[in-house]
Amino acid sequence: MPRLTPENVRRAKEIISRYPRPRSALIPLLHLAQEQDGWLTEDAMEDVAELVGVTPAQVIGTASFYEMFKMEPVGRYVINVCTNISCLLLGGETLLQHAEATLGIKPGSTTEDGLFTLEDVECVAACTEAPCLQVNYRYFYRVTNDDFDRILADLRDGDLSRDIPEHGILSRVPQRIPTGKVANITPPEDQRVPVWIERAAPDKAAAGGDEA
Amino acid sequence: MSEAPADIEITDPVTITLDGRQVVVQRGALLIDACERNGVYIPRFCYHPRMRPVGMCRMCLVEVDTGRGASLQPSCMLQCSSDMVVDTQSDKTRKAQEGVLEFLLLNHPLDCPVCDRGGECPLQDQTVGYGPGETRFVDEKRHYEKPIAISRTVLLDRERCILCDRCTRFAKEVAGDPLIDFQDRGSRTQVNTFPNQPFASYFSGNTVQICPVGALTAEPYRFKARPWDLEIVESSCTTCSVGCRVTIQSSRNQVLRCLGVDSDPVNWGWLCDKGRYGVEALNAEGRLGVPLGRGRSVKTDDETALEEVSWAGALRTAADAITSALDRRGPEGVAVIGGARLTNEAQYAWVKLLKGVIGTDNLDAQLGDGIPAEIVLGLPLATIDDACRPGSTTVVVSGDPKEELPILYLRLRHAAVQDGVNLIEIGPKAGGLTPYATVAMHPLPGELADLVRAVVGGGAGGAVAGVDPASIERARSLLADTDGEMTLVVGRRSLSEDTGFTADAVSVLVSAYDKVRILPALRRANVLGALTMGMAPGVLPGRVALAAAPDAYSTRWPALPAGRGLDTTGILTAAAEGRIDTLILLGADPLTDFPDRDLAERALAGARNVIAVDQFVNDSVRLAEVVLPAAGFAECAGTTTNIEGRILKLEQSTTPPGTARPDWMIAAELAAELGSDLGLDSVEQIWKEIAELSPSHVDLTWEMLSDPQNRDGLVARGDPLPGSVRFEAPEPTAHRALDSYSLRLVATRKLYDEGTMVGRCRSCAGLAEETALAMNPHDFERLGVEDGGRVTVSSKRGSTVIEARGEAGVPRNSVALVVNAPNFDVGTLIDANDAVNEVRVEALQSVAGETGSEGGS
Ligand code: SF4
Ligand code: SF4
Ligand code: FES
Ligand code: FES
Repeated sequence: MPRLTPENVRRAKEIISRYPRPRSALIPLLHLAQEQDGWLTEDAMEDVAELVGVTPAQVIGTASFYEMFKMEPVGRYVINVCTNISCLLLGGETLLQHAEATLGIKPGSTTEDGLFTLEDVECVAACTEAPCLQVNYRYFYRVTNDDFDRILADLRDGDLSRDIPEHGILSRVPQRIPTGKVANITPPEDQRVPVWIERAAPDKAAAGGDEA
Repeated sequence: MSEAPADIEITDPVTITLDGRQVVVQRGALLIDACERNGVYIPRFCYHPRMRPVGMCRMCLVEVDTGRGASLQPSCMLQCSSDMVVDTQSDKTRKAQEGVLEFLLLNHPLDCPVCDRGGECPLQDQTVGYGPGETRFVDEKRHYEKPIAISRTVLLDRERCILCDRCTRFAKEVAGDPLIDFQDRGSRTQVNTFPNQPFASYFSGNTVQICPVGALTAEPYRFKARPWDLEIVESSCTTCSVGCRVTIQSSRNQVLRCLGVDSDPVNWGWLCDKGRYGVEALNAEGRLGVPLGRGRSVKTDDETALEEVSWAGALRTAADAITSALDRRGPEGVAVIGGARLTNEAQYAWVKLLKGVIGTDNLDAQLGDGIPAEIVLGLPLATIDDACRPGSTTVVVSGDPKEELPILYLRLRHAAVQDGVNLIEIGPKAGGLTPYATVAMHPLPGELADLVRAVVGGGAGGAVAGVDPASIERARSLLADTDGEMTLVVGRRSLSEDTGFTADAVSVLVSAYDKVRILPALRRANVLGALTMGMAPGVLPGRVALAAAPDAYSTRWPALPAGRGLDTTGILTAAAEGRIDTLILLGADPLTDFPDRDLAERALAGARNVIAVDQFVNDSVRLAEVVLPAAGFAECAGTTTNIEGRILKLEQSTTPPGTARPDWMIAAELAAELGSDLGLDSVEQIWKEIAELSPSHVDLTWEMLSDPQNRDGLVARGDPLPGSVRFEAPEPTAHRALDSYSLRLVATRKLYDEGTMVGRCRSCAGLAEETALAMNPHDFERLGVEDGGRVTVSSKRGSTVIEARGEAGVPRNSVALVVNAPNFDVGTLIDANDAVNEVRVEALQSVAGETGSEGGS
């Protein structure tokens, strides 16, 4: 399975340098890994672990919390059909059924040609345009069954490839952040922590004013 | 297994109202602990007094009024402040507890009848005590494959997990091995490892012990017993010399498991896996239950196999061997190595027999792999708490405590991470403590004392012993900031380096700082007891120097050795030269454990008679004329001494196999066979004699040691007294300067090795890893070696072909090998009489295909 490419390791290090602590860069690096392979391979997660100085178990623990990080290979296009309340009322469920029938798969699975993964999702915050769907997180509004077929055809023909990159690519043009521009927050060790963490120093808790 | 909070001294009192009663508590203490200290137990799952609170389970909700009206608050997350009003019994509290339990049980399978935790399960107990009695949930519960192995010994039934974060917190916060973590989200949240990366922590067994449900179970104990069938005694682990408190749990005369007991000065409830599962060796195949001998003849040319003999015959043979040695050469003809496995009482009995009856001083409990006894006996001892005193500075000049004394490592790690203790690590190469040390320095073998002189003296500013000047300066300033009070953890850095360097370094430190105390990092079970009881040349029980023996010894003992005898290296050298007639192995396997394999082999061949007292037939015992089977851990009572000099009670749990008997009894019977009466007839009476004779134990009565109040043990007097063995600054040990071809050899230990006990313990056997030749990647190019490539490593003693591996923590110009590894015995390269062992390394020319190698390039 692919590891991070040398170019991505270089980008990873640049990202890490913008944070007060390497492990703060965990999520951006997971996006980087997913951009490379379309999903998070075990090897890539191990690389990320090494880069930010945590164990692979901690990386997968964090990654698996997030729906958008894929722990298994997905299609080139991930289609999310919204079935939450607004969309449901305006035909989201029918749309999903149509999608299932057209693609011949159930939500959570990928077509045999590796092109499409179908998912049903909770509200994606486009309720005014219900029913809606996303392809690789790019929106399509008020989608009818015919619209759906057209979108599929366009995706197959490559007519949408300008707007919709492969799964994993959040933006084609990586953000240019001037060097030296860092996530300018206080390093964790200098932050005022909630009092209960400081068990060893109860006098600080007292300063919190319980006596006053 | 109690998880009660440690007692504290109230330094900043506040008064709170607890269930209508006014109680004084420490300001800032967690409410859950303060209540428990005042007799009110609040149910909980996630909170553990030895870990940071996380508020995961909400079981500890109680009604608290801090002046803003009563509300439910998790008592494990709340610090005590003045005038808090706490109601742990209110309707609201009660309803909250019922609600939390109903929720926790939604997905819980309730398979108690087939669950190992049944009968001792906090979830069971608290459901009975605080639960609603009924559930309203009628739907299908969550299902998982059950169980999955997250390590060799830990199994996980994910559907039983209540997500309390205890195991994961332990792994990260206490063990420093975050190899398990929560995965997924919501109702699918589960504890798991990274695929194919097991929870291979030396401390994994603790997670089973603290899991509040049956989600984590120990493979060795699974389905073995029910808690109500177990007989439980409290004792101390004697796998290494930390002396962790344990309960030994047995059923039908078989030890089934050991659990950690929270001893505040020692182990805080934790155990390492080697200690926890070490009891498996007791019932292992090959355990000796009858004496073995070779018929009636003392070593003849025709070496018959060892066969079962009677005790009377075995003792007769042993006594004859000793008598003939005495006849031929006098007391010096008898020598003994080993004894660190014994209880204090057995050690005393053997020392009395050897030094007081036979009159030999050729006795050493260390196998040439420790440090000079004078460092341990001639300097004031520190406790683990001293080494971990918040804000202090502790210097560690030893091998890797994580590999040798695991729970000491946990304590030091905690001290460094959470209590601001500055660790100055001066190890042979980077090890377990390195990431937590304020300064980590890894001087080249042979240059330890030079480095320590540079640290103490400050000055020139260049690199010393391969250590960069910045680290030296940092260490110097840390030490200058102490008030002279400092704990020095001293152990054997490397088996291929003379201990003279360590002694030299220690003497530099004790003369530079006035209040240095020593915490010996010696690993063998009761080695401190052995040294204190006189199992070293020139020493009598109570740290007393043989040369200054008070009258009490000569009046109570029939004889005393004429003069200082030999240590293990000396004994083996003498045996190899034919000067030892009878060599007694007291639970020792020099062929495996003595650093110099060649010398050990020559010694065992050169001794006329070898007598072994042991639990198993190991490589050395196999060569004995007669083998006397000894009772093991949990099979005899007594006391042990841990690295701090703490005397801890050992209780008997099961009976020894066959006719194996306690070591002290063997000494007494051997004495009788020799026509002498040791006058020792019970453990208690032996202790009494020790306390009467030994200046270190003078105030410690058996009654005090047996008092449940003193279950943490009592620290024997740790300061040298007049007449004690003295630590003198040694002559600096000489060694050659490094030439450009040679590399210095470092030989260090791993927790799991090919030793007798690890191999006999089912859960640990096979965990010993193969050793590679570790070297600093910077040395690769110079030597033409590649990472992962095969090399020939040779010393004047021998050579082998082995894989080279880059390890940045190995000092440049040295190479490191692991002792007692399954694939290679580094002892075949070591000459114990060399101060520094040098080796040469040559890359093997890589030969394409499967053709025979062409040897060194
Ligand atoms: S496995 Fe046990 S200790 Fe770990 S989170 Fe689950 S219930 Fe808690
Ligand atoms: S650290 Fe030592 S005493 Fe403690 S459990 Fe492990 S082996 Fe036993
Ligand atoms: S319900 Fe579909 S976008 Fe909000
Ligand atoms: S014990 Fe307080 S929330 Fe779990």
